[in-house]
Amino acid sequence: MSTVYRELGDFIAAALGPSIDTVDVKLGELMVTCAPRNLIKVMKFLRNDSNCRFEMLLDICGVDYPDREQRFDVVYHLLSLKHNYRIRVKVPANEDESVPSVVDLWPTAGWFEREAYDLYGVFFEGNPDLRRILTDYGFEGHPFRKDFPLTGYVEVRYDVRQKRVIYEPVKLRQEFRTFDFESPWEGMLHPRRLPGDEKAP
Amino acid sequence: MAETLIKPLTVNFGPQHPAAHGVLRMVMEMDGEVVRRIDPHIGLLHRGTEKLIEYKTYLQAIPYFDRLDYVSPMAQEHAFVLAIEKLLGVEVPARGQYIRVLFDEITRILNHLLNIPAYAMDVGAVTPFLWAFEQRELLMEFYERASGARMHANYYRPGGVHQDLPAGMLDDIWAWTEQFPKVVDDLEELLTENRIFKQRLVDIGVVSAEDAIAWGFTGPMLRASGVPWDLRKAQPYLVYDKMDFDIPVGKNGDCYDRYLVRMEEMRQSLKIMHQCIQNMPGGPATSVDRKVTPPPRSEMKRSMEALIHHFKLYTEGFHVPAGETYTAIEAPKGEFGVYLISDGSNKPYRCKIRAPGFAHLQAMEFCSKGYMLADSVAILGSMDIVFGEVDR
Repeated sequence: MSTVYRELGDFIAAALGPSIDTVDVKLGELMVTCAPRNLIKVMKFLRNDSNCRFEMLLDICGVDYPDREQRFDVVYHLLSLKHNYRIRVKVPANEDESVPSVVDLWPTAGWFEREAYDLYGVFFEGNPDLRRILTDYGFEGHPFRKDFPLTGYVEVRYDVRQKRVIYEPVKLRQEFRTFDFESPWEGMLHPRRLPGDEKAP
Repeated sequence: MAETLIKPLTVNFGPQHPAAHGVLRMVMEMDGEVVRRIDPHIGLLHRGTEKLIEYKTYLQAIPYFDRLDYVSPMAQEHAFVLAIEKLLGVEVPARGQYIRVLFDEITRILNHLLNIPAYAMDVGAVTPFLWAFEQRELLMEFYERASGARMHANYYRPGGVHQDLPAGMLDDIWAWTEQFPKVVDDLEELLTENRIFKQRLVDIGVVSAEDAIAWGFTGPMLRASGVPWDLRKAQPYLVYDKMDFDIPVGKNGDCYDRYLVRMEEMRQSLKIMHQCIQNMPGGPATSVDRKVTPPPRSEMKRSMEALIHHFKLYTEGFHVPAGETYTAIEAPKGEFGVYLISDGSNKPYRCKIRAPGFAHLQAMEFCSKGYMLADSVAILGSMDIVFGEVDR
């Protein structure tokens, strides 16, 4: 499969030229990255070209890398039923930079974009219905960002006196614990300096 | 008489409605009895599974997958475990592969045995539900004997399965498969030619092949629309390429075809189960790579190294090489994919779960526009929605 994908990758790179940034085959999976401004052109080509025919959009998701300048990756997974190919398209994005919506190409993109917007705050330009989808009505923040705490900021409970569900800041009965069991054993791939190593040089 | 313009009526369907299959709230705009617009509000069961997984080791994350689509737990573990194995480069021994395929098919029957009768109950037939649940209980006993739990099995592990099957269990599964075709026949007798059942389903919610592809349908939903696509055939994983089975495909893409496809899939799953039991090889069920799979208990009592491996695997866990993969399997509801990004540590950096129900439910408005209110219940039932996986 890798050789097939390498050929397909070369073909896509040749056809789209400067519109795409990188083409990569890793673990037998083909991946293309492009800038947001070229996304529609790339997607149209991938869907319509007779050698590609990626007519099915399976998934859109966000990934957060807080250390990067363009902190988000919007990742699209496409499937070609005709050729039995899969491809992954990655678009780096920023908090204040929008990504064009692909709803016009695949109607199924609507909810997936809403989800990425809800959880990461990536803005999709052209999506006709960019509301929150998974979080509560009136939720604030984008919970899947790496800087959003796992416990969240507010919790709900039913208030007997007010006879309704109210929001309150999270009160933890014990401190939030992250168990960090990393230690230099053979199971670790790249032994690196761990907290406490400086004591035994 | 002068024509009067009637303002469309907005109906709130759910979130507490027996036909909503869980916590679904649909805001429906009705023109009399005809559906004009549907806005499904999901997320009432959102638990942040993907975020929780980022804070757990790979082994600790597997149980979350049982709780996504709680009607077909093992199929989802399978997708996650396959993704880890791909990043690690671990091979599953032959016996482990056969056991997994066997349980994948048990899971498929388990799923369809819930969906079909629940669907029948939505349109007015109660008996199939009782019959199917009897069989489901028997299948969940197999789950329990293999893993210790009736539903949330946590049975598949990177490198194989948690434990080999208990002695004599294959014979019992075989005995079960011999009586099951009779049950499917009985269900079919009640439903397939049933006049009321057909009146409610035939030509309802018709989706063409092009539309099904555009809306991202997978699994029985796609096949009912006439697209012969099944990952078990198209991109076979484990030993599916050695199995002899057929893929049922519908013609009209209506609710009735979806029912027929699922019915036939149960029979085909039986065929695969038979082949698995007949060809079940010997040998270990789990990889013996001790950096990934824990040692057996007996070894732990004698060997210091085994004890250390056990301790490290259940506290720190194994480290997965940096990389990313999208691995998908043919779950009973459609393509269930896991997009896993590893940064080289013992916890996933990101784990996106692609649930088939999410894409199906999105097309709810598209499918039911112009149909009656009662038809939208049938369409929803035919989509096989489970909120554990839609909301995640």
